[in-house]
Amino acid sequence: MTSYISLGYMDVALAGSLLCINAALSFALNLGLSKRMFIAGTRMVVQLLLVGLVLKALFVSVSPWMTALAAVVMIGFAGYEARARQEKRFIGFWSWGLGAGSMAFAALVVTIFALSTAIRPEPWYHPQYAIPLLGMILGNAMTGVALGLERFLSVTDRERRAIEARLLCGATIQTALQGPVREAVRAGMIPIINAMASAGLVSLPGMMTGQILAGVEPFEAVKYQLLIMFLIGGGTTLGLVVAVLGASRLLTDDRHRLRLDRVYTQK
Amino acid sequence: MLSIRHLQRPGLGPIDLDVPLGDCVCISGPSGAGKSLLLRSIADLDPNTGTVMVEGVDRSYLDAPHWRSRVGYVPAEPAWWDTVPANHFADVAEATEITSRLGLGAHMMDQAIETLSTGERQRFALARALELNPSVLMLDEPTSALDEDSTILVEREISAALARGVAVLLVTHDTAQAERLAHARYTMQLGGILT
Repeated sequence: MTSYISLGYMDVALAGSLLCINAALSFALNLGLSKRMFIAGTRMVVQLLLVGLVLKALFVSVSPWMTALAAVVMIGFAGYEARARQEKRFIGFWSWGLGAGSMAFAALVVTIFALSTAIRPEPWYHPQYAIPLLGMILGNAMTGVALGLERFLSVTDRERRAIEARLLCGATIQTALQGPVREAVRAGMIPIINAMASAGLVSLPGMMTGQILAGVEPFEAVKYQLLIMFLIGGGTTLGLVVAVLGASRLLTDDRHRLRLDRVYTQK
Repeated sequence: MLSIRHLQRPGLGPIDLDVPLGDCVCISGPSGAGKSLLLRSIADLDPNTGTVMVEGVDRSYLDAPHWRSRVGYVPAEPAWWDTVPANHFADVAEATEITSRLGLGAHMMDQAIETLSTGERQRFALARALELNPSVLMLDEPTSALDEDSTILVEREISAALARGVAVLLVTHDTAQAERLAHARYTMQLGGILT
C-alpha cells in the first residue's frame, strides 16, 4: 500500500445526502419507497459501523475463538438471508439449516484453502484476512444458494406430475429429479458466470476499486481480485451443489416419493 | 392377486380389496370420493399405511421403483418428462407395436407431445404402462377423452391384458364400459368403499 486519501465523517455524510434525493424522488413519483429507503440506509450505517468496531476488536485480539465466533454469526445471518429470499421453503429447521449448512461447508472449505495456499497469513486464521475472505465468499454463495433452492423447489412443484410419471415407469427418485437438479444448479451459477464475464469491462469489481482507492498499485489489486473471483466461483458452485443435492434428498423419502408436503409457500 | 388390507392415508380408507389376476374390478363414485387417492396409494406415491401385496409379495419387500413397475398406473391426466413420446419408452420398437394396436401411427412417436390431442396422449400413456408388462394395471378413466372407435381399441387392449392374467383396477364413470369389462364393481364415497 502506498497512500490513500482519508475520509472525514462529513465526507461520508455528504455522499449520504444522495439518499435524501432518492427519497424525495420516491415521494414525488409516489413510489412508496421513502420509508423503506430510510430504514435500509439507517440499517446499513448502523451495521457497517458496528462491523467496523467488531473488526477492529478482532484484529487487535487475533483470537481463534473470536474469529470462529464471528464466522458462526456471519454464517447464521447468511442462512437467514438465503431463507428470506425464497418463496417456497422447507418446513421447520431445514428452511434455514439447508442454506446455512451448505454455505458454511463451501465458504469454510474455500476460505481455509485460500488462507493455507495463496495468502498464508501468520497465524493462518488471522481475522484481518479470514473474515473479509469469508464475508465475500459467503455473500456470493448466498446469492447462488438462494437462487438455486428457489428454482429447485419451484420447478419440482411445477413439474410434479411429470416427475411422478417417471416414478410410475420404475425410475428412481434420483433419476426423476435429474432435470430439476440440473436446472437449479444452472440458475444458481448464472450470476457468478456473468460477474466473471463482465468483470473489468462493464464494471470494476468492488474489492478491486476499494484497494485502488486505498492506494494499492492497480496490478496488485487485479491479482487480488482474480484470486477473490476464483474463490467466489469455487465457493458458490460448491455451496450451490451441496444445497440443491441436499434439497433433493429432503424432498424424497426411502420409498422414492416426491415429498412436496415438506415444503410450504411463504405468502 | 392384488391384495389390499387396511390401506389408509388422510382422506382415504381403511380399504380392504382383492383383485384376482385376470379379473377387472371397476370403481366408480363422485368426484372427491378418493378413487385417485386409492390408486396413488397402491402405487405408493404418497405416504400411507397398510398392506398391499401382488402375487403374495408384500410391497415392503420390494424397492419402490420395482414395485411401481409391477403395478402400472395410468393417471386421469398423464404427464410427460420429454418432448416426444418415443423418449418415454425403453424399447421403442416394442412400444410401437402396442401403440399401433391402440390406433396410433408409428410417425406419432416422434411428434411433439404438445401437438397431440388429449385422447392420443391418453393412449400413449396406456402404452407406456403396458410396456412395463405389469402384473396389475390401474387405469383412472382411461377413455374419458376418446371417441367410440378409440374406446373399442383401448377396451380390446384391456381385455388382452386380462387374458394374459393381469389384474385390472379400473376407475370409470361409464357404466356401460363397467358392464363390458368388470368382474366386480364397487362404489367409493368419502374415502371408503361401499360394496
